[in-house]
This record gives sequence, C-alpha cells and structure tokens, in this order.
Amino acid sequence: MLVIKNLTAEVDGKQILNGVDLTINDGEVHAIMGPNGAGKSTLSYVLAGRDGYEVTGGTATLDGVDILDMDPNERAAAGLFLAFQYPVEIPGVQMTNFLKTALNSQRKQRGESELEALDFLKLLKTKQKELGIADEMLKRPVNVGFSGGEKKRNEVLQIAMLQPKMAILDETDSGLDIDALKIVADGVNRMRGAGRSFLVITHYQRLLDYIVPDVVHVLAKGKIVKSGTAELAKELEKTGYADVA
Amino acid sequence: MTTETAIAKQVAELAHYEAGFVTDIESDIAPKGLNEDIIRFISAKKNEPEWMLDFRLKAFEHWKKMPEPQWAKIHHPPIDYQDAHYYAAPKPKLGSMDEVDPKLLETFEKLGVPMRERAALAGVAVDVVFDSVSVATTFKENLAEVGIIFCSISEAVKNHPELVKKYMGSVVPYHDNKHACLNSAVFTDGSFVYIPEGVRCPMELSTYFRINEMKTGQFERTLIIADKGAYVSYLEGCTAPMRDENQMHAAVVELIAHDDAEIKYSTVQNWYPGDEEGKGGIYNFVTKRGLCAGHRSKISWTQVETGSAITWKYPSCVLKGDDSQGEFYSVAITNNFQQADTGTKMIHMGARTKSRIIAKTISAGKSDSTYRGLVKILAGAEGARNYTQCDSLLIGDQCGAHTVPYIESKNPTAKLEHEATTSKISDDQLFYCQQRGLSEEEAVALIVNGFCREVMQNLPMEFAVEAQKLVSISLEGSVG
Ligand SMILES: Nc1ncnc2c1ncn2[C@@H]1O[C@H](COP(=O)(O)OP(=O)(O)O)[C@@H](O)[C@H]1O
Ligand SMILES: [Mg+2]
Repeated sequence: MLVIKNLTAEVDGKQILNGVDLTINDGEVHAIMGPNGAGKSTLSYVLAGRDGYEVTGGTATLDGVDILDMDPNERAAAGLFLAFQYPVEIPGVQMTNFLKTALNSQRKQRGESELEALDFLKLLKTKQKELGIADEMLKRPVNVGFSGGEKKRNEVLQIAMLQPKMAILDETDSGLDIDALKIVADGVNRMRGAGRSFLVITHYQRLLDYIVPDVVHVLAKGKIVKSGTAELAKELEKTGYADVA
Repeated sequence: MTTETAIAKQVAELAHYEAGFVTDIESDIAPKGLNEDIIRFISAKKNEPEWMLDFRLKAFEHWKKMPEPQWAKIHHPPIDYQDAHYYAAPKPKLGSMDEVDPKLLETFEKLGVPMRERAALAGVAVDVVFDSVSVATTFKENLAEVGIIFCSISEAVKNHPELVKKYMGSVVPYHDNKHACLNSAVFTDGSFVYIPEGVRCPMELSTYFRINEMKTGQFERTLIIADKGAYVSYLEGCTAPMRDENQMHAAVVELIAHDDAEIKYSTVQNWYPGDEEGKGGIYNFVTKRGLCAGHRSKISWTQVETGSAITWKYPSCVLKGDDSQGEFYSVAITNNFQQADTGTKMIHMGARTKSRIIAKTISAGKSDSTYRGLVKILAGAEGARNYTQCDSLLIGDQCGAHTVPYIESKNPTAKLEHEATTSKISDDQLFYCQQRGLSEEEAVALIVNGFCREVMQNLPMEFAVEAQKLVSISLEGSVG
C-alpha cells in the first residue's frame, strides 16, 4: 500500500525528516510514536503535499504510484487522507455541502460520476448513524464552534465518507475524553480491513489500547529508530522516549 | 512560490470572462455626442409627451453646471461625454417572445439564462432590456389580472403618465448627483412596476440588462411602487460583452413603499470588468434609493457585485414612515485592477425605524475596494436602531480593502451597533480543503462563498445558485 524510502524533507530550509523508511501493507494498522518535535506531523504533511514542506530526497508511493509529484487534491483523490491534529474552521460552509463538494471533487478526478444529492444524503445518513453524529452538527459550518471531541469525530466521519485507501491520523486522541476516544476508535476499527490501511500518530499509548496496531514505530529526530509489535507501545509508556530517542 | 502569491497570480490571470461575446443586431443609433438636439432626438424616438421632454431638458441644463462627485476612492481619466452614443435601439420592435431575434435568445442561452424555460418553469416574468429598448415582455397578462403593472418605463410614460409624473424623481431628484442628472436627461429605458394596494406579487419580477452596442452608454431608469400592504421581489441581473473601451453606465433606480408595503430588490452585477491589465471595462455609476414612505414599510437591497472596472453605488433607504425598516446586504468582489466604492445610506426619519447593514468585501489581484456607509439618525427618529457589520477578505497582498462608516445621530435614544473584521484566506483553510480533494480554485471559491453566506441566503433561490457560480467564475483562473 504505502511505501516510503529514505525520505528526507525540510521546512524553512531546516532539515526535519532525516531518511524515513516505512512500509505499510494492505489492511495493516501502523502506529508512530515519538517525542514532541520529532517530526511526526511533518511526515504527515509531507505525505499529503502541504506547501512549504520541501522533499529533498527519497520516495513515497501509494499502490506503486509515486505521490510526491502530485498536487494535494490529486493525492486525496488517489486515496490518501490526513485527519488533522487541529481541524480547520471554514466559516459559512455547511458541513453537508463541504462533504458533498469534497466527495464529488475526488470522484470527478477519478473519472467517476458525481453523486446525486439523494444518493449522497443516503450515504451520509448511514455513516452518520454509525458514528453517532447528530443532524444538527452537519448543519453547522465546518468545525466552527465544534468541541474538541466533535472536531475529531468529524474527521472520522470524513474518512467514512471519502473511503480512502490510506488514512493518516495525526494525534486524533489529543484533547479527547475517554468516551469520545472510544467513539473515534470504534469508527476506525469498523473501517479496518482489506483495501484500507491506517497510520496512527500518537504521543500516548492510551489510544492504542482501543486501536490495536499491527506494528509500532518510534520516530525521533526525523528518523524511525525502532519498530515492534503493540507491546513496544506499552514498554514506551513505562520507560518514556529517553532510551530510544 | 507561497500559496498566497500563487493565488494572487491565479486570480490576476483571470481572463475567463464567460459573457464576452457580441451579438450582431442591426441597430438604430444616435450620432455621437451630448447636446439638446440629442435629447430631443431620444424623446422624439420614444414619442414622449411634452412634460417628459421638459424633465429631460431641465436635467440636462443642470448637468452642464454640475461637478462630478469627488469623494469616492476611485480613479479614472476624465470622461469624454461627447465621445459616446446616447441612443441605440435593436430593431424591429417586437411584441411577443416568438418574434424575438433567435440570435438574442441564443445570447441568453450562452449566458445561462434560457429565457423561455426560465420564464415558463421558474415562473419569472422577464422584461428584457436589450440595449436600450424593451424587446419582449412576458407574463404581463397574468400580472395584469391582479392589477400589477410591469412594463418598460417608456410604455409607462405613455400608458400611466399620472404614476410616472407623480413618482419619477421623487426619491432621486434629477439634481441629486451628476450621474443621476445625466440619467434623467438621457435615460432610454428600464422597468416600471406598480403593485396595487393589498396585492402580493405572485412571482419574482426580473430584468436582464445587457450592453451590446459599441460605445453606447447605458442609462436605465427603474421605478417601483408598492402601494399599501403590497409586496414585490424584483431581480436585476446583467452581463456585458468584452469591450476595449470604457463604457459608462449610469442607472437610476427609485423604490417607493407605502404603509405596510415591502419591496425586495436583488442585483447580480456582472458587467465586463476589464482585462487583467486594467484595460477596458464598464464604469458603473449607479444611484439607487428607496423611500419607505409609509408606516411599517420595508425595503431590502441585496447586491452581488462582481463586474465593472469601477463601481460607484450606494443603494440607500430613506426611512420616513414610523416603524419602517431598511436592509442592505452586499457582496462586492474585485480582482485585477477593478475598483469598487460601494455601500449604503440609511436615513432614519420616523420613530422606531430600524436598519441592518451586512457588507462583505472580497479583494484580489491589484484591486481596491471600499465599503462606504452612512447611518443618519434625524431628531425625530425616536428609538431608531441600526446594526452594521462589515467584513473584508483579502486574497493576496497587492489588493486593498477599506471600511468607511459615517454615523450622524441627532437623537440620543437611538441605538447603533457596528462591527468590522478583516481577514485573509489562510493557508490552513486552503490545505484542509485541498487535502479533502478540492483543487486550489475550488477551495478558494468554497471559502469565499462561505464568507458571503449571510448575504447569499437573502437572494431568491434560483438567483443564489447563479450568484454562487459567478463568485467561482470571478475568482477562477488558470492554475500555475
Ligand atoms: N512550519 C514550520 N516552520 C518551521 N519549523 C517547523 C514547522 N513545522 C514544524 N517545524 C519544526 O519541525 C520539527 C518537527 O515538528 P513536528 O513535525 O510538528 O513534530 P511532532 O508532530 O512530532 O511534534 C520541530 O522542530 C518544529 O519546530
Ligand atoms: Mg504533531
């Protein structure tokens, strides 16, 4: 699915990623842990193609296709999704309209027909129910006045609607209470399976009790310094990053 | 290149003016120049009664001595009034839709205004003003059944002289300002609407304006009267073909609402804005004013201004009746070298009068946009209230946006609130949208439409869709 080789990148002329190697197979869930400032968010932005995050070396492919030359929206249409650490507010743009515009933009780019209003609403209704999202939330403008929990649940709803092949979750657990965390984890677990892989970025092991990863990596100083099973996350919880980072 | 300069570049390359084509219709055109003879020619062409000609001549005499308004934040070379034609008529003049030149219908098709379908399906009566003379009017009979008069102003001068005499110039006097004065002297056509007492107009009334002759000034005159307890919603939309030379457009719109009457006036303005170097484009100098003459009357202006090289326009309300209400909802988008100085005046005269102003300004490219508003509370306006909100959105760093609110209050019981914000489309917002699959252009259009939502939702449904499309078009360009 996602293959990253010796990826280096800089921001504002400062090298942040120092040769990241990572292979995520179809249907797998990987976790990346690491201290603050390690480059976790930078990795996710580089993969998603954010302006100002300059790739200086290495490769990244999704299902064998090089994504580093694509525009951000092309990467999205190719199946890459990034759940933001800080979801962005867009005043005046209703959630429903945003979701429909996003879904149809992706479909258009893939040469698929756009979804009719009725079919779209049906799909939305189903996904919304699964995630326990109220109609009222979808009438509000994107992320405006949303609580921390609502914002993160909204990110998961977007994964459910857009059905990406590869979803990256950047600190989706931060700022969530345990109930909200469970809802988010439930949503992700329901979408696990063939055809979809996840990369879960987190600072704490707590989330990994609910989304149990197949592989855990530690990122420090812009490199993956250690990889292991879910057990590794538990060890780190006890020892901290001091030993590995 | 940062995202912001990329967008600035992208909008600067906006050459996609979709309405840029010229229809070839033989026209009956007055020689260039402005003098008494020309005014007599116009009046004669229209078979006008003596009193109408007198009104024109009086205005012309005054115009010659009048200075141009200087206070707006706009710049243009002096206007050579002698270098324009003041009358052009498509011919022949037709009575019904079926007789309309197919080329004209084609033009409307290209503009996305399939008039026939529109009229039939949407229940919109379209009084088409093409160049200066009305060529087709539909639904007149249906409206006549309930006593509504909807016709061209020329027809009204002939068939309803008592109404025209009484109301024309009663809200915008001929000497109001130089542009209105010129209009009073040379206006060629426009719409006339009269809604009798207690009648709710059963459909949206709509007029599409279009400048189509080389160097023809466009001087519409619109007069709408809602008698006691009447209601009408009027839509005005316009597009103009690509032009090299500046064309002047000086329209006058007068609205009168009697006791308990309500008039809703919506505009989508899409005149040719000029090219990306600032060459060409329409000078849009418009005087629009509504008089809430009666108690509990209401006048609401909604405008989406995306076109013209220069926009000078302040749809206003004179709140004379007690408990009358005025509203102004505005979206003004400027790009490239466009200049807009637009806003409103709310004059509170009656007791407990209320006004509400929501103005959204979007500037891109090297354009410059000013919101200019006046809220004036006269001594008798006991308990008057105003709420004003002005929001500016800047795209790129080479454009300007200014907010100039004037307040004059002569009654201490009045309550006035004013809020203003200035913001930019953030890189975060753009990236968020792009990550979800939207191209940069789509993202900008979505964010801008969100910014304008409070205004857009005041437009009638079918108009709102067009207006949103227009927002996208006016901000789109080749990416790169
Ligand atoms: N936009 C930016 N400009 C300058 N430095 C940045 C920017 N984004 C991240 N960095 C720097 O890159 C490093 C990694 O940051 P980040 O990827 O956010 O780490 P993490 O998500 O692991 O906490 C930090 O030293 C941070 O200061
Ligand atoms: Mg981070």
